Amino acid sequence: MLEDLTLKLEKALKKVTGQVRLNEENISDSLREIRRVLLDADVNYKVAKKFIDNVKEKALGKEVLVSVTPGQLITKIIYDELTQLMGGQSSELGLNPSGPTVILMVGLQGSGKTTFSAKLARYLSERKRKPLLTAADIYRPAAIEQLKQLGSKINVPVFTIDGSKDAVKIAKDSVAYAKENGLDTIIIDTAGRLHVDDNLMNEVASIKETVKPTEILFIVDSMTGQDAVNSAKAFHDRVDFDGVVLTKLDGDTRGGCALSIKAVVEKPIKFASLGEKLDSIEVFYPERMASRILGKGDVVSLVEKAQQQFDEKETEDLEQKLLANKFDFEDFLKQIKMIKKMGSLKSLLGMVPGMSSAIKDADVDDNQLIKVESIIQSMTRDERTNPKVLNGSRRKRIARGSGNTIQEVNRLIKQFGEMQKMMKRFNSKSGRKMLGNMKNFRYN
Amino acid sequence: MKLFKNINFDKLKDGLDKTREKIVNRISETVSGKANIDEATLEELEEILITSDIGLETAMEVIETTRIALKREQDRSKLNVLEVIQNELASALDRYSEGPIDKIEIEKFKPYVILIVGVNGAGKTTTVGKLAYNFKQSGLKVVIGSADTFRAAANEQLEIWAQRAGVEIVQKESGSDPSAVAFDTLNVAKRTNADIVLIDTAGRLHTKNNLMEELKKIRKVLGKVVENAPHDTFLVVDGNTGQNALIQAREFEKFTDLTGLIVTKLDGTAKGGVIFQICAEQKVPVRYIGVGEKIDDLQDFDSKKYVKALFELQ
Repeated sequence: MLEDLTLKLEKALKKVTGQVRLNEENISDSLREIRRVLLDADVNYKVAKKFIDNVKEKALGKEVLVSVTPGQLITKIIYDELTQLMGGQSSELGLNPSGPTVILMVGLQGSGKTTFSAKLARYLSERKRKPLLTAADIYRPAAIEQLKQLGSKINVPVFTIDGSKDAVKIAKDSVAYAKENGLDTIIIDTAGRLHVDDNLMNEVASIKETVKPTEILFIVDSMTGQDAVNSAKAFHDRVDFDGVVLTKLDGDTRGGCALSIKAVVEKPIKFASLGEKLDSIEVFYPERMASRILGKGDVVSLVEKAQQQFDEKETEDLEQKLLANKFDFEDFLKQIKMIKKMGSLKSLLGMVPGMSSAIKDADVDDNQLIKVESIIQSMTRDERTNPKVLNGSRRKRIARGSGNTIQEVNRLIKQFGEMQKMMKRFNSKSGRKMLGNMKNFRYN
Repeated sequence: MKLFKNINFDKLKDGLDKTREKIVNRISETVSGKANIDEATLEELEEILITSDIGLETAMEVIETTRIALKREQDRSKLNVLEVIQNELASALDRYSEGPIDKIEIEKFKPYVILIVGVNGAGKTTTVGKLAYNFKQSGLKVVIGSADTFRAAANEQLEIWAQRAGVEIVQKESGSDPSAVAFDTLNVAKRTNADIVLIDTAGRLHTKNNLMEELKKIRKVLGKVVENAPHDTFLVVDGNTGQNALIQAREFEKFTDLTGLIVTKLDGTAKGGVIFQICAEQKVPVRYIGVGEKIDDLQDFDSKKYVKALFELQ
C-alpha cells in the first residue's frame, strides 16, 4: 500500500537529511520537493499547502534538538504532521451493543459499496453479529442481484423488495424485517450517486432520516484524485457520515486521499478494503499508514524513538535521583528498557554527535543488556531498591531464576556498586557541572 | 463519416459546468482588474489546473508556455490569457486524437472487435451498454460478449444493458474462462454476420499480474478467431481518478496495446484533468466520454469542443 509515496518521500527526505544544517534556502528546496511528492500522490492541493506550511513553521521553530541532525529533525516533523493528517488513532466501528445497529453505505458510483457491504457483513458475522444486507440500489442494473449473490456466498440474508422503485421503503422495511428475524446489524447498500445530483442526494438523506443509522460510512475509491475532498465534503454536509472506507488499496495508488479526506471532513478512516475477495478487509490504522509512507528508515525511527523515550520529565526524575544518590536497580532497569526501545546500543551511540566515528569499530554487545535485564528482573522489588540485602543465597536464586551463572550476577552487582560510587562523585561540584553539560547536550 | 454525433452536447457542458466555473471564474477573478499578468497570477493558475487533476507536471508545462507566450503579447487582458491557455490545452489533446471509428473501417474488418478493459468500478459494463446502443442506433449489427465471469451478477447487469440497446449477448455461467466467452462471441458474430463486437471484461487492478496476463490470453484468442482482432482496445478510466490513471494507462498498454481511452463519470465535478495528462504522457487518445447513467449518455470525444466547453464563458 502506498509504496510509491513512501519511495518518493524517502527520495525527498534524502535531500534534506544530506544537509549538514537547516537554513531557509535548503528548507524551501526540500519543502518544494515534498510538495511535489504530495501533489503527485493526489493529496488535495490545499491540504498539501497546509502541510507544507506547518512543516516549515515547525522546522524554523525553536524545538530543535542539538543531538540530532537537522535532517533527522525535519523528518520527525514531517512524520508528526503526516500522522496528524491521517487522523491520529484508529477508530472503531460504532455498534449498538443492545438494540439493532443500522449501517448505511454511501458514495459515488464504482467506489465499491456493494462489495464492501458484503465484506463488512462477513467481518461482523465473524464477530458474533447477525447481519442483514439490504439491497437498496434500485438504479444500477443487477445491483440487487449482485448483493444477493454475495450474500449467499457468505451466508448472510439479503433483504430487498423486488421491483420496488422506492429505496427509502426498502431501507425502512429491512429494519423491521431484521427485528422480526432476530438480526441485529442491518447493512444498507445504496446506489452510487454523484454529490451534485440533488435528487439522489435527497434520496439518501431521506433514507438517513427514516432509518436513523447508527453508523454512516462514506466509501471512497483510494485512487480518487483532487475531487475526493469535494465529494467527501458534499456527502458530509448532506448526511454527516461517521467514517470513511478506503477501497482498492491493494493497487499501487499513492493514496493521497487517505491524507486529505480526514483533513477536510474531520472524519476518521475506519476500514481499508484491499481486494475482491470477501475477507480482504482491514481496520484502518492511520499511524501505521503514516509510518509506511515515510518508510521504516533508521532516521525516522531513531528520531521518533529518541524523542519518545527521552521524555523530558523522566530524564529529570532520573537526574534528581542521581544527584540524591538514590539510583537503584529499579532505575537501572528502567534505563535499560528505555535504551532497548531505542534500538541497538551502537546505533544509539551513533546518534551522539562525534560518537559515530569513535564507535565505528567498537564492539558493542547488545546481548549484555538483555543479560543485565534478566538478572534485575529476577530480583525482588526489595532487592532492587536495596541491593545491600543481596547475600549469597539470594544471588544463587537470582542466577537460577535468570538463567545466568552466579559469577555473572556477582559481576553485575559489583559493577552496579562501582556505578553508584561514580555517581557519588557526580554529586561533587565538578560532577554537577558535568551533568549540567549533559543536559545541555540533549536539549537546546 | 461519424457513426454517432454528440447527441446531447449540452449535457457535456452541464457536466463540465463545475469545472468550467472553477477554471474560468478563477482565472477571471485572478486576471480582471490587472493590466499585467504577474507571477502570483500564474501561481493561482497553477492551483486551478492542479485541483482539476491535470497533474503538477502538465500544469507547470502549461504555465510555462503561457508565461512565454504572454511575454510576447501586448494584450494581457482576461480574454487573451484565457485564449492562450485554451489553445495550449486544446493542442495537447489534439496531438493524439484520432476521431471516432468510421463505417469504412468497420466494413473492412467485419466483425470489428472492440475489447473493453479497466480497473474495478471504472464503468466498463455501463460503457459497453452505451456503446452497443450507439452503434445499434447508427445501423450496425452489434454482439456483446460478457467476459466478466468473475464479479457477482456481472452477467445479469450486462444482459439488462443488451436488452436496453436491443443487441445480442453471448455469455457463459459465472466462473467460466473469459477467453472461452470471447471465443464464442466472435463465432456467434461471424455466424450472424455482425458488424461489431464489444467484449466486456472483469475489472482488474493493473497491479494484479495474473489478471493482466488473462487479458493477454483473451486478446490472443480473439486474434485466432478474427484476423487482427481486437481492432480496438479501449481503457475505461473513471474521471474521478487522480494520478493513478497514468499508471493504469501505462500498465494496460503493456498488456493490451491500448488504442483509446473512454473517460467516464464526467458529469460530476472537477474532472477532465486526467485526460490532458494521459494524452500528454501516454500518447493515447480519448475516444468517448461518459456523462451520465442513461443509455445515451456517451459521446464522441472531440478535443476542440471539449476544451471549448471547458473554457466557454457563461
